[in-house]
Amino acid sequence: MNAQRLAGIAVEREARARRQRSDARLRRRRRMDGLARRSMSLLTLGVVLLVPLIAGALLVRAWPVLSAVPLHELLLGTTWHPLKGIFGFRPFIAGTAWVTTVAMALAVPPSLLTAIYLSEYAPQRLRAVVNPLVDLLAGIPSVVYGVWGMLAVVPFVGEHVAPALDHWLGALPFFRSDNPTGYGILSGSVVLAIMVFPILIAVAQDVIRAVPQGLREASLALGATRWQTVRRVVLRRAWAGVVAAVVLAFSRAFGETMAVLMVVGNVPQVPRSLFDAAYPLTALIANNYGEMMSIPLYDAALLAGALILLLMVLAFNLAARTILVRLVRSE
Amino acid sequence: MGRRKAKVEEGIFRVLMIISAVSVLGSLVLILGTVVWRGLPALNLDMLTQTPKGGYYLGKEGGILNAIVGSLYLAGGGTLLALLASLPIALYLQIYAPRTRRAEIIRLALDVLWGVPSIVYGAFGFLIMLALGMRASLLGGIIALAFLELPIMARGMDEAIAMVPQALKEASYALGATRLETALRVIIRQTLPGLLTAVLLALGRGIGDAASVLFTAGYTDRLPDSLLSPAASLPLAVFFQLGTPFPAVQERAYASALVLTAIILVLSLTARRLTRRLTKHVIR
Repeated sequence: MNAQRLAGIAVEREARARRQRSDARLRRRRRMDGLARRSMSLLTLGVVLLVPLIAGALLVRAWPVLSAVPLHELLLGTTWHPLKGIFGFRPFIAGTAWVTTVAMALAVPPSLLTAIYLSEYAPQRLRAVVNPLVDLLAGIPSVVYGVWGMLAVVPFVGEHVAPALDHWLGALPFFRSDNPTGYGILSGSVVLAIMVFPILIAVAQDVIRAVPQGLREASLALGATRWQTVRRVVLRRAWAGVVAAVVLAFSRAFGETMAVLMVVGNVPQVPRSLFDAAYPLTALIANNYGEMMSIPLYDAALLAGALILLLMVLAFNLAARTILVRLVRSE
Repeated sequence: MGRRKAKVEEGIFRVLMIISAVSVLGSLVLILGTVVWRGLPALNLDMLTQTPKGGYYLGKEGGILNAIVGSLYLAGGGTLLALLASLPIALYLQIYAPRTRRAEIIRLALDVLWGVPSIVYGAFGFLIMLALGMRASLLGGIIALAFLELPIMARGMDEAIAMVPQALKEASYALGATRLETALRVIIRQTLPGLLTAVLLALGRGIGDAASVLFTAGYTDRLPDSLLSPAASLPLAVFFQLGTPFPAVQERAYASALVLTAIILVLSLTARRLTRRLTKHVIR
């Protein structure tokens, strides 16, 4: 009788202890979960704040030159003479704009046509060979593109393309050539264009392939040719993604330093022709970081250059995104 | 008439597309070919196993071991650091905050960071080093590269984890697992191939980048012996050797470019093979 009761109490006690243990364990697991959530959340906050942080740090360090020289002189001035304290960024901003624009003009049409060909026309077997190759090439470092540019593009542009275009189109504003070296905007743009081919092709293909097959079949069943289907159905559906791919490639080309630096000539002038030498912002910073601490205001000016670069790429990215969102919504 | 016009248009664009595809792919293959063709003759065992001796940049003896080792240290460290930040970020996006406004903002921030030029990361890293009173060093380069690699890796992982079927997560929750446990024991195992691809992609980008280490890691002919000593890197080795007026040294720049390309190709092929092997463990 007594023993039975005692046994019952023991069992109950045991059960309670087990419950408490498992409660404690659950609490501990929950606490770990909450801790992980909070620390991860903090980390993501860091990511969100990183761009403002970079911009802020650059702004602080660039402040000496920003406060000493009026902003319009800094952005629009065409003279760059650090020893005299004259910092006009116009040649460099223009250089960056020229090289990137021409590169995108050269890169986008052929890459899109290639992407359309690979996703809509090419047989599966060809795709299976080409796409891994494209992925592989996307990883090739930009400095290698630069080496190739110096070996192949610069001489070719200098000896053949520039004289020919100067001869035939020299009367037009952008084609006059008085730079026989080949180091200039066109060479830089060609190198950049080839550098962004793989990104453009890979992303555009993904986007195009995501268009539902049923849409294509409906169009083809109505008697449209393949190209008509591509142009009126597939591209209409996929173009927001295609634009996003172009933005991605643009960012890459815009911020590229080494490949451009090696072939673009690096002359601080506002370029007026495709064949002029230019001096993009990235090249300016990379070429002069070594002596920037020895000349007053020079370091502030170069960091201001980095700030301008950052703000340009931010503005472009956000503008493209806003337009995209609005257009996608209105469709 | 309309039909014939459509046929002609079809033909024209088909030809244009084939021309584009051939020239685009051709130019890319041409680059590989040129690098191999110009780099191979100058490549020898000494280049891979020795550091630059006195007068190396005038064409005397030595190799680029300093740059090879430096690049591996820099990119390895940068990748490790970026991994420590990217994996939690990607898990947070997919496990703790899926389909929230917050997640969208974080993704936007990552996309913006993806577009930030590497030289800006270099300048930022340089400012951090100034603030900490550091000199150009391995550690500085690692930090700058980690910033550069972070958005690439985090977005890649984010997309890989997004592929996990909802049912798998729900099964794990139904068994009483917390979100953290689900993330660590189910999601990571399930997405290992995708995560690895993201890591190797970022590593490749890190090894090939010159602009961010230019400011931060410096350049030296010696092997780095601590985190605080400067480190050479392959892209800069290519660049500096190409900048000398001596053809013999320029030849070595081509060889260095070949070494760099070979490292990238090996990484890329490893990624492919590992992905295939790890896919075995994925539940479909």
